[in-house]
Amino acid sequence: MNFEFSDEQNLLRDQAQAFLRDNCPPSAVRTILDGDAPYDADLWQKVAEMGWTATVIPERFGGLGLSYLELCVIAEELGRAVAPIPFSSSVYLATEALLAAGSDAQKERWLPKLATGEAIGTFALGERAGQPRPDTLATRAANGRLTGSKMPVADGDVADFAVVVAACDDGDGAALHLVETGGVERNALATLDPTRSHARLELADTEAEPLGAAGEGWQHTQRLLDRAAVLFAWEQVGGAQAALEMAREYAMGRYAFGRPIAGYQAIKHKLANVYVKNTLARSNCYYGAWALSTDAAELPLAAATARVSACQAYYFASKENIQTHGGMGFTWEFDCQFHYRRAKLLSVNIGSEATWQDRLIAAVEAAEPAVA
Amino acid sequence: MDFNDTPEEAAFREEARAWLEANAPSREELSGLDEIAASKLWQKRKYDAGWACIRWPEEYGGRGATAIQQVIWNQEESKFSVPGGVFGIGQGMAAPTMMAWAREEHKRKHLPPLASGEHIWCQLFSEPAGGSDLAALRTRAEKDGDEWVINGQKIWTSGAHYSDYGILVVRTDPTVPKHKGLSYFFLDMKSPGVDIRPIKQISGGANFNEVYFNDVRIPDDQRLGEVGQGWQVAITTLMNERFAIGGGGGVGFKQVFDLARRLEVDGEPAIRDRNVRSKLATWYAQEAGLRFTGYRSMSALSRGDIPGPENSIGKLVGASKTQDMTSFAMDLMELSGAVTDPEYAERHGLFQNAYMGSPGGRIAGGSDEIMLNILAERVLGMPQDVRLDKGIPFNEVPTGAN
Repeated sequence: MNFEFSDEQNLLRDQAQAFLRDNCPPSAVRTILDGDAPYDADLWQKVAEMGWTATVIPERFGGLGLSYLELCVIAEELGRAVAPIPFSSSVYLATEALLAAGSDAQKERWLPKLATGEAIGTFALGERAGQPRPDTLATRAANGRLTGSKMPVADGDVADFAVVVAACDDGDGAALHLVETGGVERNALATLDPTRSHARLELADTEAEPLGAAGEGWQHTQRLLDRAAVLFAWEQVGGAQAALEMAREYAMGRYAFGRPIAGYQAIKHKLANVYVKNTLARSNCYYGAWALSTDAAELPLAAATARVSACQAYYFASKENIQTHGGMGFTWEFDCQFHYRRAKLLSVNIGSEATWQDRLIAAVEAAEPAVA
Repeated sequence: MDFNDTPEEAAFREEARAWLEANAPSREELSGLDEIAASKLWQKRKYDAGWACIRWPEEYGGRGATAIQQVIWNQEESKFSVPGGVFGIGQGMAAPTMMAWAREEHKRKHLPPLASGEHIWCQLFSEPAGGSDLAALRTRAEKDGDEWVINGQKIWTSGAHYSDYGILVVRTDPTVPKHKGLSYFFLDMKSPGVDIRPIKQISGGANFNEVYFNDVRIPDDQRLGEVGQGWQVAITTLMNERFAIGGGGGVGFKQVFDLARRLEVDGEPAIRDRNVRSKLATWYAQEAGLRFTGYRSMSALSRGDIPGPENSIGKLVGASKTQDMTSFAMDLMELSGAVTDPEYAERHGLFQNAYMGSPGGRIAGGSDEIMLNILAERVLGMPQDVRLDKGIPFNEVPTGAN
């Protein structure tokens, strides 16, 4: 049994943690929260220089050709730091879409730029409240042109291109297209988490390159979401751990009735319960990391399992962190809000906890056909 | 990262599996035997072939196996429907304590019959006045020559009625603070003055007992550790408890999932209902989380490291999950949910029985609240609770009875 990260991967974790402690302290997150910049461009530049954006891109496309285990390690640390950069959009979604469905020409054109961070990509699925499905998508593709509104598109205001899911009449009813955003009307969108920018994309007979075959777009989307779910789950677990540490540290130093509040069972049990949920989520993320890195047939189940428990863990940790801080946790001045905002953003932006619960059971059903 | 055995582990697994396939008792062999007789038959067979208590040194009846080999053996044995359970406390808790604290002659005399299943041991710790606050126990021991005379009452003693020996913590000095006045013994459960009375549980079963001590005499020779060192010895036992106590209860995700496929909600299989799927998914993720946490611990063992504290969440998560799942399963049955009549109940009452047994799982072997305290204090490094009895002689500590 070797259900562990390797020594090299653990070393990478230490390095990433130290790097982000120096380059993405809470003050850097706050600068984005309070300011007008859509993301931390300096941090993005440095992260790219570290090669993180190039992690799984094959060497022939300018990447490092490392495994997804390395990417999981980086995801956890970015989550811990609540990093205000378009990493998930560009790396977990746009890069993955190109790797999965791109033609050689598309890969040659975009992957080297994604690897260096020179280009930022994103993925545009949602259009309005409720679960997106091929038969409810209003954005349509016809003759290499797209029409419709996409929102919320994470990093849509800063991305150089978006992989857009649109309805079509073929196959599974959806097609992926790569849309260069230069000529597209893009409007920044206010969201719960201003440390991650979002936009509304207005596609009006916009020129688009098909990515993969029309009529396979929905399958690609599902596969893409399964893969991204593992990486999002690692970010969530990193954030949940940070929230627990923040709550613990505050409780140890905050005195009430003559002793640290960390000594009261109401607080001890609260944080022990956070630890339990975090531990379950982390262990399920290991399973997800294994499935993602080995391209295992169990990926849909592993991804959903990791995702469900990570959504639950981060939400719980982020709200109980505020509760542990009492009134101070509710102030703008304190950093508790970073996690409360990010937890909810991460738990809806590739499909909600309920959606992933549904996918989890669907994967169990697929593995165990019902006896008639 | 992989789930694979090392070549040595794979070879060991193969050897264990081959032996189990050839030797696991058949249903016919066990028919007509009660749980104890069946367990003894299987345990003796393992012992004779060198597969009992495999981590123990050979001279005490084991095979000197490594921790990871023990895990592999457990995994392989659990694939067979073999009897067991009555030896858990003796082999899992009493034996490690004997191994750490008993004199060599006692180890050589008592450990092999524990391994072979000849002897069953029980644990006499909890008292009516000392449960979660175990060190507040009041059963007295007074020295009389080379013997100690024991008077008092123990409670929640699993299997006392069929045990040959017991491990016992008593108060030898009530004039010092509570942890300092305890001593630890083992005794023959057939000793005169030991009076065992079963406790009927809400589940209808009677796995536990009250055990009364009326002038029971124990040779000083059977003391483990020094007089007054009983708490330290008891810690050895308790450290092994979380490994010995299981969560389960016979109902897991699979049973409720199957039920949800068979029963209907709004004229459709219940499994199609979004609320049903949501709850089931959460339980699946909890079960998976515990399983993979176990794999992480196993990986540490495989490397020769000591596992982290992660595994201590198992009982805490498992016991509540069983309770919630069985309650939900009965809801799915709607009007029939409360029926326990085996002739009519789903799965002959499996869910109802597990529901009635599940409160015990949240209390036995450290209540939920104690487990949370342990996690907060030992894992998160948070302060201990305020102890008003700290440093006060035991006989001056206020009690509800005074």
